[in-house]
Formats: sequence, C-alpha cells, structure tokens
Amino acid sequence: MLEVRDLTKSFDGFVAVSRVSFDVPKHSVSAIIGPNGAGKTTLFNLITGHLRCDTGRVVLNGRDVTGVPPHDLCRMGVGRSFQRTNIFAKLTVYENVQAAFVSHRGRGWNAFTPVRDLYRDETLRLLESLRLADRAGEVAGFLSHGAQKQLELGLALALEPDILLLDEPTAGMSASETRETIQLIDRLARERGLTLLFTEHDMEVVFSIAQKITVLHQGRVIADGSPAAVRADPEVRRVYLGERR
Amino acid sequence: MRRVPWAPLVVVAALLVPAVGSRFYTFLANDVIIWALFATSLNLLVGYTGLVSFGHAAYFGIGAYTTGILMKKLGVPFLLAFPAAGVLAGAFALLFGLFCVRLTRIYFAMLTLAFAQIVWAICFKWNEVTGGEQGMPEVPYPDLAWMGTLPLVRDLRTSDHFYLVTVVLVALCLWILHRVVRSPFGRMLTTIRENAERAEFIGVHVRRYELAAFVLAGAFAGLAGGLFGIFNRGVFPDFAYWTKSSEVLIMTLLGGMGTFYGPSVGALALILLNQQIVSYTEYWPFVLGTILVVLLFGFPGGLGGALELLGRRLWRPRRA
Repeated sequence: MLEVRDLTKSFDGFVAVSRVSFDVPKHSVSAIIGPNGAGKTTLFNLITGHLRCDTGRVVLNGRDVTGVPPHDLCRMGVGRSFQRTNIFAKLTVYENVQAAFVSHRGRGWNAFTPVRDLYRDETLRLLESLRLADRAGEVAGFLSHGAQKQLELGLALALEPDILLLDEPTAGMSASETRETIQLIDRLARERGLTLLFTEHDMEVVFSIAQKITVLHQGRVIADGSPAAVRADPEVRRVYLGERR
Repeated sequence: MRRVPWAPLVVVAALLVPAVGSRFYTFLANDVIIWALFATSLNLLVGYTGLVSFGHAAYFGIGAYTTGILMKKLGVPFLLAFPAAGVLAGAFALLFGLFCVRLTRIYFAMLTLAFAQIVWAICFKWNEVTGGEQGMPEVPYPDLAWMGTLPLVRDLRTSDHFYLVTVVLVALCLWILHRVVRSPFGRMLTTIRENAERAEFIGVHVRRYELAAFVLAGAFAGLAGGLFGIFNRGVFPDFAYWTKSSEVLIMTLLGGMGTFYGPSVGALALILLNQQIVSYTEYWPFVLGTILVVLLFGFPGGLGGALELLGRRLWRPRRA
C-alpha cells in the first residue's frame, strides 16, 4: 500500500531522518515508535508532503507521490491527524467536519449557494460514529482535549481515506481517554477497511494493536517487523525499551 | 419570535434619505454607503480568509480611474464603465495576488502595501492618462435623465438620483458578497483563516483559494472606487495612497471583522465621528486613536460584535 524508500531530510546540517525505508501492507495496522526527537513527526511530514525530502521516494499504491502537496495527496486516499491537535477552533464541530466533506468532494468552488445544509446527513452520521453528534453545535475550540482529538479524526475520515496516518493519536490523554480512543480507532479502521500507520509513545497501546512496528532512533530505522520480533531485538532493548526500565 | 428583516429595512431607510434629509445628509449617506462596500470587500480578506491587506486602496483607486477615464475621456456610458471598474481592479488583484499569496502574515501585508504604492506612484506620475498629481476633476454623473420621468423621484437633484443608484448597486454588491461568505467557498476561506495547514489536509488548495478571495475583494473594491470617483466629482491619486488603505482597515476593525455587516457599521461610525469631532476639535486623530484603543481592548469584536452582544442580551430573556 505505502512504501517508503531511503527518505532523508536534514535541517541546517542536522540529519533528522536518514535513509528510512519501510512498507505498510494493505489493511495492516503499523506503528512507528522511537524516543522523542527520533524523527517520527518529520517522517510523517515527509510522507504527507508538508516537507520536501532531500532524497528518497514515497510510493502509494504503486504510484510515486514524493513531494505531492497535501491538498492533492488527500485526494489520493491519505488521511492524516496531527500530534498537536489541529482543528478549526472557531467553527462548530458540525462545520469542521462539513468543511472536510465539502472540500473533499470538490464543492469548495461553489460561491453562490448556501453551505449550511450541504452534506448534512454525511456529517451527522460521521459525528454519530465518533460519538460527537450531540455536540455538533458547539464551538470546536471549547471541546475537551480528548474530544478535539476525536474531531480531528473525523476531519481525516471525512476524506474517505484508504490509509490513515495518525501522529500520536493519544498524546496528552488520560489513561481512560487513551483506552477509549484506541478502541474507537480500532473499530473505525475495521469498519472501513482502513490501513493505519501511527506513531505513539505509549508502548502498551502500540503492542496491543499494531501488527507491524518500525523503530526509529536518531533518524534511522533500527528495527522493523512484528511486535514479538521488535520486542526481542537486542538493539531496540538497548536504546529504547531498555532505557525506560 | 420572528427574525427582523434588517437588510431590506436598511435599504429602504437609505432610499428615503434624500426625501427626508437635507442635501448634506444625502452627501454623508452616499459617502458611508460607498465606504461600506469598500470595507466589506476588505473584510472578505481580513475577516473571512485571515489575510491582512495593507494595500486595498490600490483596487479602489484602479476602479475609480477606470470608471473616471472611461466616462470622462471616452464618453463610455456608466452601464459599461461601472462593471469595467470591477473587472480591471479584479485583473490587477489577480496579477498582484499571484505574488502576494506566496507570502504569509506580515510579509503578505507588506507586499500588498508595496503594490499599492506602485499603483499610487503610477497614478501620480502618468500625466497623459491619469492627470498625474492634479488628478482628474469633473468626472460626469451618469445619464440619469430617465429617473426624471419616474414618479416620487422626479423632482430630486441629479446628485440625489446618483445617490439612489448607489444605494441599489451597493445593496446588490453586498447581497452578492453575503452569498459568497455563506457559500461552500466562504466556508473554505474560513478554514484557511482558522488553520491553513489543516485546510491543506482536508484538500483545500490554500493559495488558490486565497488568490480567488484576493481577486474578489479587489474587484468589489474597484466597484466601490468606480462609484466614489463619480460621487467625489473627480478622481485623484490619493485614492490609491496608503492612508486610504489604513482608513478602510480601521473601519473594518472598528466595525468588527467577525460579522458580515461589521465593516459597514465601521464605515458609518468613522465617517460620522469624523464629521462630528472635527467640528469640535482639530485633534480628531487623537480622539479617534483613543476610541480605537478602548474598542480594541473592550470589544475585540468591534462595534458589530458589541451590537451582537447587546442584541443577545435584549432578545434572549423574552424568548426564554
């Protein structure tokens, strides 16, 4: 589904991501883990076209999408959520998700008919599945952190993606919120037949749902494989899992 | 409770001004109405798209010169010269906008200012076409003789006839702009204002939308300029000068960029204040500055935001 080949990116001489390669098979749940500053978010930004890579390629469904800007990439079935919650804070919950539908279905250039009820059913249905339906009229910026994260997931899902890239979907959440969110993501992914690629710092979460794990350390891939294999990897134990115990 | 149909009421009230007020009030109202369109066009950028333009007067000036030159020098009828102001201003907004939307925030603002100053300099120096420093006085009124045959308005002066035309045209423009901000396109613009990065990732081609907003805002500013040149009985280079850009920006802030009608309220307030305070003190800019400071700290939503708050306070209890 998604192949990453030899991606490299440096900022003013600091190599943030160095020759990173990995695959994300279709319908899999894959995770990228690594300590802070390992280059996870940079890697995401390279894949989704926010940053331009120095070398390397990103291939989506056999198509080279290296350097394709975000607004085009998300038409090719890539949805993304951000580590720091990224929503339209002054719009209502309903307007947030509706905007994603409007944009994705190419209606954004219509400048003369009212937008209010456009894709109303789709929007409400999606909010329903995110358990946000009863808060549709609230201003998004006033929601709790956890609810904002869910809303952001809604923005990504409105694009009807095949692959969803989630950058720390549970960052800043309490233990119970984390559990709920992971269940939600897991359920939505299965219902919609999504391929998931996510970064996460919570190892419990990672080992509970990921089928494949890529470990980044100082911008390089030091392990890539099944959870069991990664857990047993001596280098991973030394630089990462070991550090925590 | 039924909603009050404010817009038609305001239009009707505006149309009645020549009949009930003096010549001076009609003059003031005409001024306000044209500036209201100018400020609302700017608000499409500032309030809805989140782009602060410091050079919006460029398009106002281009529109004014377009209509002025066409009508005075070439004898083109108003019916063509007026839309031409919008088209030409929009075309220049497209040209300048291509560069401006590549930049963000303060750099965007500075570049819009730079382009506006270029427009001003050209108007100031190009004697053969624009009349240079002297400007172009005596832009004729449109031929409104047909209004002399209509009942009710038959006995009004030509300037009053032009005023009525202005009211109708501005109302039409504002209606169009209102449709635009309530449309899917308008929603896309607000997502850019809120979070351009996220907007990209719901598939919004941010730069292209910003450019479209810039062109639209420029075109409507041009229409306002076209009307203003006739109203002012002449077109002068200072129409495109940066002080005009700041004046319209102040109106937008004063009135409140959070509401559609805010900038119109701002235009009304600024022109009336100017009129009133100037007759008491020569320190009018000092008074204005004080008012702005108080407003920005006390009511960040501007007069429009304050009115909305007041309205909510007044209506809510009855509904409950």
